[in-house]
Amino acid sequence: MAFDKMELRDIEVWDGNFAAAQALRQCQIDVVAAYPITPSTPIVEGYAKFLADGYVEGEFVMVESEHAAMSGCIGAAAAGGRVATATSSQGFALMVETLYQASGMRLPIVLNVVNRALAAPLNVNGDHSDMYLGRDSGWIQLDAYCPQDAYDLNFIAFRVSEDHDVRLPCMVHQDGFMTSHTAQGVKTLTDDEGYNFVGDFKPMNDMLDFEHPVTHGVQTEEDWHFEHKARQHNDLMTKVMPKIQAAFDDFEKLSGRKYNIVENYDMDDADVAVVCMGTSVETAREVATEMRAKGIKAGVVGIRVIRPFPFMQIAEALKGVKAVATLDRSAPGGTVGMLFNEIAGCLYNLDTRPMLSGKIYGLGGRDLTKKHLVDLYTELQANVDAGKITTPLQQFIGVRGPKLSFL
Amino acid sequence: MANTGWDEFEIGAMLRSFDGKIDDIAGTLQEDRKYSPNNSFMASVADWRIEKPIFSKDFCIDCQFCWIYCPDMSIIARDKKMIGVDMDHCKGCGICVEVCPTNPKSLLMFPEQADEEAELAQWPAKDEKEK
Repeated sequence: MAFDKMELRDIEVWDGNFAAAQALRQCQIDVVAAYPITPSTPIVEGYAKFLADGYVEGEFVMVESEHAAMSGCIGAAAAGGRVATATSSQGFALMVETLYQASGMRLPIVLNVVNRALAAPLNVNGDHSDMYLGRDSGWIQLDAYCPQDAYDLNFIAFRVSEDHDVRLPCMVHQDGFMTSHTAQGVKTLTDDEGYNFVGDFKPMNDMLDFEHPVTHGVQTEEDWHFEHKARQHNDLMTKVMPKIQAAFDDFEKLSGRKYNIVENYDMDDADVAVVCMGTSVETAREVATEMRAKGIKAGVVGIRVIRPFPFMQIAEALKGVKAVATLDRSAPGGTVGMLFNEIAGCLYNLDTRPMLSGKIYGLGGRDLTKKHLVDLYTELQANVDAGKITTPLQQFIGVRGPKLSFL
Repeated sequence: MANTGWDEFEIGAMLRSFDGKIDDIAGTLQEDRKYSPNNSFMASVADWRIEKPIFSKDFCIDCQFCWIYCPDMSIIARDKKMIGVDMDHCKGCGICVEVCPTNPKSLLMFPEQADEEAELAQWPAKDEKEK
């Protein structure tokens, strides 16, 4: 392959976007079709620069919308290339139709989603609205909490997604600005280590295999559609988690960095716990440690793999806890938050069920402060002491005006 | 095929055109190709047709206009000679009749139930132009 390698220091100071761009370079993506959007722009910009500077052998396709960006990725993946792109928010929303095409066609595309709020009102900052929008699309969804994760999870994503038993596209999520534009120390892999971890792309039923012509994107009606969807769901439910676990294990051997399907922190003897995603996990961990010093047995469950949803692992983590709060960073649109809903499902059939309450926080990039979490853990402990939930089931955290709660 | 379960086909919204490996497919006649059962060549759409073309070779000059213009590749030609219509895939659009330059036309449209022998026996005569 005719490209230059890059010498990296063991630790580089990168923000989440640049970390993801470096991972795309090291994985040697064949095709990036992209329509840049804040705050994900520097990922595809970074890939384009690496390409122009001769560090990648690939193709950058400029398109006229995010719908076209994902469509281009689908075509390139069906043709038999290693394919990735990045988007956020409105761009992600415009991609939604094609997300279902990508997963239904079983094409291993990696999409970096830098989470951002959805308009209206227009907002460029981080929340999880776009991430939630993709949760029924049949993709694998991995969640990064910091630039290091954003870097590492891209390698994991290609490894899992391109596995011939999986062949499902994968999103790597990071929080807009909080991760994407916050520079931190990122431990690097060498170019050879990174590339060898994902390995050479192994095509499957690719259109460029002229001796075995195939038609991609076929139509099925009531006679076949259900079987295709059943197969896809079966593979998501049974094949993906073991492959992710194997990739996490191999990655730990390579880098020393350990990822888990569910990231439990101080959960072994926790009385109270919060379940959250993204950058909030790190804040909650810090607060949980401080609460322990005050005598409250606090823990944190961070969700690393959003889809397929780690139903059993979460039930296992929370079964001995007395009070749990779910932190949803997306306006739930007339119901409980997604995490409240899904975690209630995990817990409902357990012999011992924690008390469960749901919080909505951080919309449009509103900060989740340590004070918010101290108050939350204190409230959960009050529930434990009272033996019942002392507040409405759904509360908003950090919104101005009179306290807002429902149910 | 119809009873194949969800775990018995290749993944992806993908269909193979041929059974096994192909070689020189452009140089292989359709009747000699190993089409997959999924290939649309294997499915008849004859019942879409209300009118059908009938071909009379008596006046055909093998100009190949019908072969070029047919939108469904349903004109069968061999060695640049028109030999008939693929009635499994012809949808009865009538374009072949429209573009036929002979006098009388070598292709004409008839109701689907028309008898080919009878229609050929009473094919129109040459239309003499007035001087």
